[in-house]
Amino acid sequence: MALAAIYSLFIINKSGGLIYYKDYGSAGRMDTNDSLRLASLWHSMHAISQQLSPTPGCTGIDLLQAHNFDLHCFQSLTGTKFFVVCETGAPNMEMLLKVIYELYTDFVLKNPFYEMEMPIRCELFDLNLAQVIQKDRVALLGR
Amino acid sequence: MIGVGKAKQYANVLDKPLSRGRQEVSLSAFAFLFSELVQYNQTQVDNIAELERRLEDAGYAVGARVLELLCHREKGNRRETRLLGILSFIHSTVWKVLFGKVADSLEKGTEHEDEYMISEKELLVNRFISVPKDMGAFNCGAFVAGIVKGVLDNAGFPAVVTAHFVPIEGQQRPRTTILIKFAEEVKQVCFV
Repeated sequence: MALAAIYSLFIINKSGGLIYYKDYGSAGRMDTNDSLRLASLWHSMHAISQQLSPTPGCTGIDLLQAHNFDLHCFQSLTGTKFFVVCETGAPNMEMLLKVIYELYTDFVLKNPFYEMEMPIRCELFDLNLAQVIQKDRVALLGR
Repeated sequence: MIGVGKAKQYANVLDKPLSRGRQEVSLSAFAFLFSELVQYNQTQVDNIAELERRLEDAGYAVGARVLELLCHREKGNRRETRLLGILSFIHSTVWKVLFGKVADSLEKGTEHEDEYMISEKELLVNRFISVPKDMGAFNCGAFVAGIVKGVLDNAGFPAVVTAHFVPIEGQQRPRTTILIKFAEEVKQVCFV
C-alpha cells in the first residue's frame, strides 16, 4: 500500500473562491463546506501575510510547516493560487505545483467551454492531473 | 554579385515566387484563437446543431483555399480526377501541411459504397478541449470536417462530411472519425 505523499490539492481564483479541490487518501479528506471554508481562510491569510511581512516586496506565504503536514502554495501572476497539503518533508512540491499550473493553462484556459473564475469541470484536466500525481508517487517510492 | 544588396524587387507582385512560409506555428496561439472562435460562435447560436454547422462553414473556407495552395505548391498544378487520389491527397498532404503529420488511417465504409472514413486518435484542434456532458455528442472536429468538405467540394467531389467520436474499449478517450459520404453525382461516376 503506497503512502500518499500528497493529502489534497486546492485551486482558488483571484477572489478567494474555491474552483478545484481533490483529495488523495483518507488523511486529508474533508467535505465540501469545509473545503470552501479552508480556501477562503487561506486566501485571507495569504493576503494578510503580504502586509505583515517585515521585508518589502513580499508575495505571500510559500510554505507552511506544521507538526503533521506541510502546505506549499504557488500564486500565479494573475492571483490564482495553487496549494497542496502534503506529508512533512515531502520533496519537490514546488516543482509539482508548477507542473499543475502548466496543466491548468493547457487544459482549462484553452478550453472554450470553461468560464473564467468558475469551478473547473474539465475531463482532460482531471485525466492529466491524475497521471502527473501517479508519476510523482512512483518517483517518490523509487527513492 | 549574387547575394549582395537588397532583395530582388519584382515589377509585378504576381511574379513573386510563392514562399514556403513559416513551417511552424505556435500551438498555444492556435489553441487560444480556436477557443475564441468556438466561444464567439456559441454566443451567436441557439442550439448545438447550428454551432456545428458554423464551425463547418469556417472550416469550408479554409479547405477551399488550402486546396488551391497545395495544388500549386505540392502537385505542380495537377488536378486530381480519381476518388482514391483525392482521398489520399487529403489523408497525407493536407493533413501533413495543416497538422504536421499524416492522418492515422483512411478506411472504406463497410455498410455503404459511398462512405469513407479518416480516423485520428485525437484531432489537433481537440487536444485541449473537454466537451461538457450536457453538450452530448458535440465535436469541435466539425471544423476539420468543414476543411475536408471544402477540399472535396472544390475538387469536384461533392460530399457530406461529419466528425464523430468513436469510443474504443480500453481507452479513456474516444478516437475521432471524419465520415465522408459522397453525393449522388459522384456515386454515378465513380461507383459503377
